[in-house]
Amino acid sequence: MRKSLWGAVLSVLAMAIAACGSTSTAAPASPITIGVSVSQSGDFAGDGKALIQGYDLWAQDENAKGGLLGHKITMKYVDDASSTQQVVTNYQALITQDRVALVFGPFSSLLTIPASTVVARYNYAFPEPAGGGPHVFDRGLTNIFFVQPAAVEDNLVSYTKWLLGLPADQRPGSVAYATQDDPFTQPQVDKAKSLLEAAGVKTAYYKVYPAETTDFTPIALNVVHSRADAVVLGTQLPDAVAFAKTFIQQHYNPKTLIETTGPDQGADFSNKLGANTEGIMVPAGWTANAKAYGNDKFVSEFIAKYGGKAADISADAAEAYSVGQVVDAAATKANSIENAKLITTLHSGTYQTIQGPMSFDSSGKPQGGVGVYIEQWQNGAAIFVYPTSVAAAQPEYPKKPWS
Amino acid sequence: MTLVLEAAVLGILTGGVYALMASGLTLIFGVMRIINVGHGALVVLGAYLSFAASRTLHIDPFLTLVFTMPVMFLLGFGLQIVFIRPLKTDREALSVLVTYAIALGLEGILGYVFSANYVQLQAWYDTASFPIGDFRITYVYVFGFVLCLAILAALFVILYRTTFGASIRATMLNRTAAQLIGIDVDRVSAVAFGIGMATAAAGGVVFGITTAFNPGSHYDLISRLLTIIVLGGLGSLRGAVIAALIMLISEDITSVLISPVWASFVFFLILIVVLLVRPQGLYGVRVRERI
Repeated sequence: MRKSLWGAVLSVLAMAIAACGSTSTAAPASPITIGVSVSQSGDFAGDGKALIQGYDLWAQDENAKGGLLGHKITMKYVDDASSTQQVVTNYQALITQDRVALVFGPFSSLLTIPASTVVARYNYAFPEPAGGGPHVFDRGLTNIFFVQPAAVEDNLVSYTKWLLGLPADQRPGSVAYATQDDPFTQPQVDKAKSLLEAAGVKTAYYKVYPAETTDFTPIALNVVHSRADAVVLGTQLPDAVAFAKTFIQQHYNPKTLIETTGPDQGADFSNKLGANTEGIMVPAGWTANAKAYGNDKFVSEFIAKYGGKAADISADAAEAYSVGQVVDAAATKANSIENAKLITTLHSGTYQTIQGPMSFDSSGKPQGGVGVYIEQWQNGAAIFVYPTSVAAAQPEYPKKPWS
Repeated sequence: MTLVLEAAVLGILTGGVYALMASGLTLIFGVMRIINVGHGALVVLGAYLSFAASRTLHIDPFLTLVFTMPVMFLLGFGLQIVFIRPLKTDREALSVLVTYAIALGLEGILGYVFSANYVQLQAWYDTASFPIGDFRITYVYVFGFVLCLAILAALFVILYRTTFGASIRATMLNRTAAQLIGIDVDRVSAVAFGIGMATAAAGGVVFGITTAFNPGSHYDLISRLLTIIVLGGLGSLRGAVIAALIMLISEDITSVLISPVWASFVFFLILIVVLLVRPQGLYGVRVRERI
């Protein structure tokens, strides 16, 4: 009898402890800080601003629905001045001094490569929006997750497919290539060149120039003198504009012109070229009018928060927002925001984003064949033109002469 | 051959713009013996002032110089009085730190006001060109070059044909001796700093039309401007002009003939050879200091 009485008391105590436990689980989770090194000055300052907009909008949405697994989010940004040294210092400080719960990636492969090494040392997951160069994935790191539809070197594959799919009598006979020696731009251009050469398209000019170059006119003049039918450029915004302006000045009208970055920057690109944006192409994983998961909401909220038009939204902002979406889905799936669990979870499954569904291989490279599309400026807006499954209009080919 | 000729012409035209930007820097060094590492930021400030004025008043970017040059002159005058004049000891070293701080401060303010996005001044002639033989010359480079010639000519007139210019040259030659013969070297320095900033405004407008820029663009600029005045000879206006032309012509021809990767190398090779033969630069004066 005494034994059963003690048993009953212990049972009640056990139930009380369990109840206490369940009460503490239901309590609001503690707020967390997510750290990001962002280029707020230097070459990538414009892209850095767009990343902040995308991350902030995601954090706002997340907090509005109760936080990341109940953890209210504060974003902490530190400026890396577009410097490969500063970005390392920043992530080291965010993790060891600020003790942030999670870190998100910076802009460009150039900064992601050194940053990912230090982040991996502390076993943090490193979802990132803009570092997709080959060297990002070939160092044996397992914490990187590149949240774009394709690895960088494949960015121009859709473009080459489209060019080679043109009727033989319309296909360009020669192509001029020029690219920065940047891990984001050069692999794309090199792959496009090898694919087109393999298909018999002649290379009229090929030149790699230092990323620090400020005077692009001599290189652009070489392209002009090549008189190539098509021009493929590995650019960021300043050289994307400079090349186009030199082509206009020299009355050089290639049948098609594609630039790796710049034309995807919305108003920042169009307000420098005006009507002469017409026909310029860019590989893009995202566009404001795409019917991907949550994209309409993203666009309307973005305009409400930052103003402007849908066409003004930089793809950088959409990519940053997608990083948050992937992390949210992975945290929900793992029921945890611990970095180790997020890393394991992100290596399997598919995650819906405003750029389309994402999945990652063991090195963090996107897989699944979503692919990067071709966007073209037509009548003052950048729209998808290839592949036909997502195209809002036919590609304009040959490109209209400069106005 | 056409391409080389085209590159040479482009080098001359853009060299003139760099000469204008570097002229203020070398003038300030000549008068005050300070290295103004903030000069690139002042050029960018000039470009932003023209950007704001042309947008607000809907006027041609070159016309904005009517406002921006006086504003920059007064700003330079004030900056010299507040930040440079108080430096009495170890002037050369401290001035580098002070002017770098000015550059960082300006970058921060410009970033706050205009954001970090790239902007570019717009004008009808920024994409317009005219043919000469087998190639086309862009109007904006010609206009920029003419502006540079006009301003550099005005600078030469001020320096060599006015009493105040004589005061500046006397201060450049020997600051102490200039004081002894009654020249107010503090006033001369402040005015020279103001003139340097006014030329930065003029250089900034051409830079802003031909290049997309943001508040961080001054880092690239200052490294090029410093190299120009070292090759030309610190303090020499004529040297700055010749060095700017050598830099841009050699870089542009190397870019089109060999590769942009070698463009800077060729220029630095020229710089090293010149400094080995003439350590004071092309038109610099060798100074013997007592130690």
